[in-house]
Amino acid sequence: MIIAEQKPLEEIKALVGDAHKVLVVGCGTCVTVCFAGGAREAAIISASLRMTSKLAGNPKEVSDVTVQRQCEWEYLDEIADQVKEADLVLSLGCGIGVQAMVEHFPDAWVVPGLNTTFMGLPTEQGVWVERCAACGDCILGLTGGICPIARCSKSLLNGPCGGSEAGHCEISPEIPCAWQLIYDRLSSKGKLDVLLEIRPPKNWRTSRDGGPRKIVREDLRLASEEE
Amino acid sequence: MTAEISSNGYLVGSNLERVLRADHFAVTAELGPPQSADGSVINQKAILLKGYCDAVNITDNQTAIVRMSSIGAGAILVREGLEPVIQMTCRDRNRLAIQSDLLGAYALGMRNLLCLTGDHQTFGNHPTAKNVFDLDSLQLIEMVTAMRDEHVFQCGDTFKGLEPRFFIGAAAAPFADPIEFRPYRLAKKVKAGVNFIQTQLVYDIEAFEAYMEKVRALGMHELAYILAGVGPLKSPGMARYMKNSVPGILVPDELIERMQKAGEPWAGKSKDELTKEDKKARSEAWKSEGTKICIELIQQLQKLEGVAGVHIMAIEWEEAVKPIVEGAGLYPRPVVETAGSVSQEAANG
Repeated sequence: MIIAEQKPLEEIKALVGDAHKVLVVGCGTCVTVCFAGGAREAAIISASLRMTSKLAGNPKEVSDVTVQRQCEWEYLDEIADQVKEADLVLSLGCGIGVQAMVEHFPDAWVVPGLNTTFMGLPTEQGVWVERCAACGDCILGLTGGICPIARCSKSLLNGPCGGSEAGHCEISPEIPCAWQLIYDRLSSKGKLDVLLEIRPPKNWRTSRDGGPRKIVREDLRLASEEE
Repeated sequence: MTAEISSNGYLVGSNLERVLRADHFAVTAELGPPQSADGSVINQKAILLKGYCDAVNITDNQTAIVRMSSIGAGAILVREGLEPVIQMTCRDRNRLAIQSDLLGAYALGMRNLLCLTGDHQTFGNHPTAKNVFDLDSLQLIEMVTAMRDEHVFQCGDTFKGLEPRFFIGAAAAPFADPIEFRPYRLAKKVKAGVNFIQTQLVYDIEAFEAYMEKVRALGMHELAYILAGVGPLKSPGMARYMKNSVPGILVPDELIERMQKAGEPWAGKSKDELTKEDKKARSEAWKSEGTKICIELIQQLQKLEGVAGVHIMAIEWEEAVKPIVEGAGLYPRPVVETAGSVSQEAANG
């Protein structure tokens, strides 16, 4: 899922500026699960903005609402009236949610309350780690199911580099070396011969380097037209 | 060697290649360019190294700190009559930039290239930079080998005109993890096309011999020239730092003790008790012992089968190269003629 974390309150306050009527919009999907932008967080931010603005002598009207999925326009229609009334919308969706709001409500002024950080998973209570970089050309089948693009600090296809020590990456003892993990995994499966092959340069066009990406599924488009 | 041999009997004909092919024990040294545009720093360091090594590595933004470019400094060395080994990392350039820079480097007279992954930018003075890593070191080796031997750019397009002919090297980290994989990683680099290898610093001869044994079992010492990395220790503190904090470097306690012992006359005194002269004398004593240890290591490395030379990394201490090379009995450096006498034999070999 998409992992995000809340921006510092000071930054949020600066983004909100002198807007009087503020609508905080949470999202019920990924950012709810990672405790960054769900209904609970929307209520807390909303209360914080009310309280700090009141203490500053210029109380704002702040309300909050949470939609099931901010990244799909059909879920946004239900908050159209509230958005219309607000001077400013503070989105607690990921970067996709913010932009979905902007595109769906061109008249509204929408600012982000979160930093969208990565695609990953929780490994223990309160800990999330990156697992996928959405490079568009999955090589997990060649690396024992451990992604060097997302998990090696240098995204090496022919690792490990000389900076691997005692299982961790040269950049920090806190970061496991992805290639040590790949080595161990392939070793335990008796597949180390895979590592003897030289992987050619990656085609980064399927990644962000090819420009903004788009998928068109003609089969689904036709089906939708037939309906 | 697997690659095509040109008419004069050499792949490239660089001094480093000529020395190695003539079976001399090669010596390369390292030169760190300045963090400024002052070319005279290169000239001054060149004077210290000239005549004492067969080629000089010029680092490429080493430890991710911005310095004069390897190719820029290399052009100065070529003018000075010293042969550079250009270091090229994958951190700062994509495949377009690497290829175009190497066309330029060849045109400027550079003939040796060391292909590296590159230290991560978080180590350096621009930790907020975006890194590249479009290619990794293996892919870089394959790319420059194909440019030289097949006249093709990485995209597969054949190009007309002069190809950049580099004597291609790579690094090896014998003691980095996973340690069992390291000989195979070297073998991958050889398979990708490297002609020579320069290893990470070796202080533990026993551990290095264990590594070389595996390298020899794979036959790699016969397919690429392996130069063992050595470097003089400056102080016991430096020795401990390398042992504890630098990945892939083993420093035996015995060497740390020797360094400590060299500073014994000044031991037990606090920083304030030592005069400026005391500190200078202690530093000289440490450096003298460090140089001695380095010479001994080279002499031991010379006896190992499959070690074709040494790469001396006297970081910001280029003055140390002369006494080390002389002390190891490797001075004067051999002069191997370009063509003629050896060409036919080499071409047939």
